[in-house]
Amino acid sequence: MTQAEAKNVNVWYDSFQALKDISMTFEPNTVTALIGPSGCGKSTFLRLFNRMNDLIPLFRVEGLVTVNGQNVYSKDIRLDEMRKKVGMVFQKPNPFPKSIFENVAYGLRVNGISNRKEIEETVERSLKQAALWDEVKDSLKKSAMELSGGQQQRLCIARALAVQPKLILMDEPASALDPISTNRIEELIFELKKDYTIIIVTHNLQQAGRISDATAFFYLGELVEFNLTKKIFLNPDNERTQNYITGRFG
Amino acid sequence: MGKGRRIFEKVVTGVLFSSSTITSLTVILIVVFLFKEGISLFNSTPTEKNYVIAVSKVNTVPVITSNQLADIFNQDITNWKQLGGRNDSIIRLTVNDLASIFTEEELGPNLEFLPVKVNEYVKATPGVILYLSKSQLPSNFEGRVIPVKKITVKDFIGGKHWYPTTEPIPQFGIWPMIVGTLMVTLGAILFALPFGMATAIIMSEVADIRLRNILKPVVELLAGIPSVVYGFFGLVVLVPLIQQLFKLDVGETVLAGSIVLGIMALPTIVTVAEDSLRTTPRALKEASLALGASQWQTLVRVVIPYSKSGISTAIILGIGRAIGETMAVLMVTGNSSNIPTSFLQPTRTIPATIAAELGETPYGGLHFSALFALAIILFMFTIIINLTVEVIKNRNRRF
Repeated sequence: MTQAEAKNVNVWYDSFQALKDISMTFEPNTVTALIGPSGCGKSTFLRLFNRMNDLIPLFRVEGLVTVNGQNVYSKDIRLDEMRKKVGMVFQKPNPFPKSIFENVAYGLRVNGISNRKEIEETVERSLKQAALWDEVKDSLKKSAMELSGGQQQRLCIARALAVQPKLILMDEPASALDPISTNRIEELIFELKKDYTIIIVTHNLQQAGRISDATAFFYLGELVEFNLTKKIFLNPDNERTQNYITGRFG
Repeated sequence: MGKGRRIFEKVVTGVLFSSSTITSLTVILIVVFLFKEGISLFNSTPTEKNYVIAVSKVNTVPVITSNQLADIFNQDITNWKQLGGRNDSIIRLTVNDLASIFTEEELGPNLEFLPVKVNEYVKATPGVILYLSKSQLPSNFEGRVIPVKKITVKDFIGGKHWYPTTEPIPQFGIWPMIVGTLMVTLGAILFALPFGMATAIIMSEVADIRLRNILKPVVELLAGIPSVVYGFFGLVVLVPLIQQLFKLDVGETVLAGSIVLGIMALPTIVTVAEDSLRTTPRALKEASLALGASQWQTLVRVVIPYSKSGISTAIILGIGRAIGETMAVLMVTGNSSNIPTSFLQPTRTIPATIAAELGETPYGGLHFSALFALAIILFMFTIIINLTVEVIKNRNRRF
């Protein structure tokens, strides 16, 4: 069963067409990297799966987007329920200016969970999954703003994991981090693959090569090529993909 | 060519520099002027110049305060014992009273014997207290001129009576006006805060561009209406309404002032609060929404806590707007110098008092100084407000 799917998706911002007839499927427990030059529509595409684009005025979508077989843009879907099943990690670490504990507990609290024991257990489990527990277990009450950038991003991952999503969207999660922190995030993504399906937007081609199973190359709103990562990097079918991978443009 | 341009730029710089200097100097000048005029109230005796209070030689009360004098002349104090003196009942007299005690012949056609009679009378009456001008005092006075205690800051701020023109002794207690000002301001904020916050939230979080383009100019227009128009509206619409609604004798009340000031403070609160709500980073809102929080949960748990300091600033600036307002509040609060005990009683605020009385006050007198001292108090209020805003602004943004 596919975890998520896009079928003949077109997206407009007012009269500008940002995505042109995109169709892709995402298998469970895989990492799919979306690559392409700035403005190619890869972030727009990523944000379809939890309807984050809805916030942008004059946004319009056509086609089918599903998560767990459910049409995300159907009229009678409950947005908060749907978003709970799709975790998201943003480009810049964006922890709430609350304590470390409250950051992870946030998703539980807004979803009506108030059992203290349950919250504590989930916070601990999520922080362990995000490989942050050992660093913060003694300072859970400390403000999240006091953590380093890399720790903050792992906290944001823990925060997303706490609501137990199936699909995790990552929008250039390591682009604002130093190489060591980036490395830790990459290792983490590799670990998380066992339990989650991950779609990651990245500018860093080496990163895409290291962590992803499949890679999609976007260019000017079109999906140029979508295949296994190995194939894309070693022997792409499309000449434009070849040019981008080898750094001739982008 | 190059030289001409250099000179031109020098001149422009000079003009700009002197303009800013003049601006700063003006502020300093106003403050200095305010304090110079106001401070002279303290360290002066509350009696009119050249007038004295005379008592009998046997009277043991060392000094007397203006409040005590007022109480004596209001007959609230009737025995010197109450002031720690001898057990003599107080006999209050002014020079006019002497004219009815002694005959015209005894005083002489041009009152030339008045000092002698004063001497006689004071000598014979141990309980006397007499208010007269220095020229009416005999040269070999056998009574005692009792010193009147100088007006202190404590009397001024804590004094419950504001009778600036009463004879023989005026009273400058501004406590009723402080209470009135604070009550009207508090009421204004209580009224304006829910409406202002609601409007700010709608404008920043809920409304689409079209609705916002209608709301914003309307709120800004509210700020541009002259205060006298608000006052007029309050007087003609609000005051009768309050009078009927609460079955009062007069509709000019603290409540009327609060509502009018609340409406006037709305634009400040809405604009500042909205700006601050809008500064919440989109990343934080998105993070909350992505975790399955609804728009309202995001508002309550992320946006409002993040904008806390901006919202506090909005409230305090609203208070600042309300506390200094003069005209509108003068028109609708009834101008009573009693201490209000409820929102349905008339009162008067500090700025309203200054505006109402300054025009009829002779330059340089005690009353004149008292009004300036009143202005200093108001100035202190606004300084405190401004400092609070600064402190809040500089505080770190933490939940």
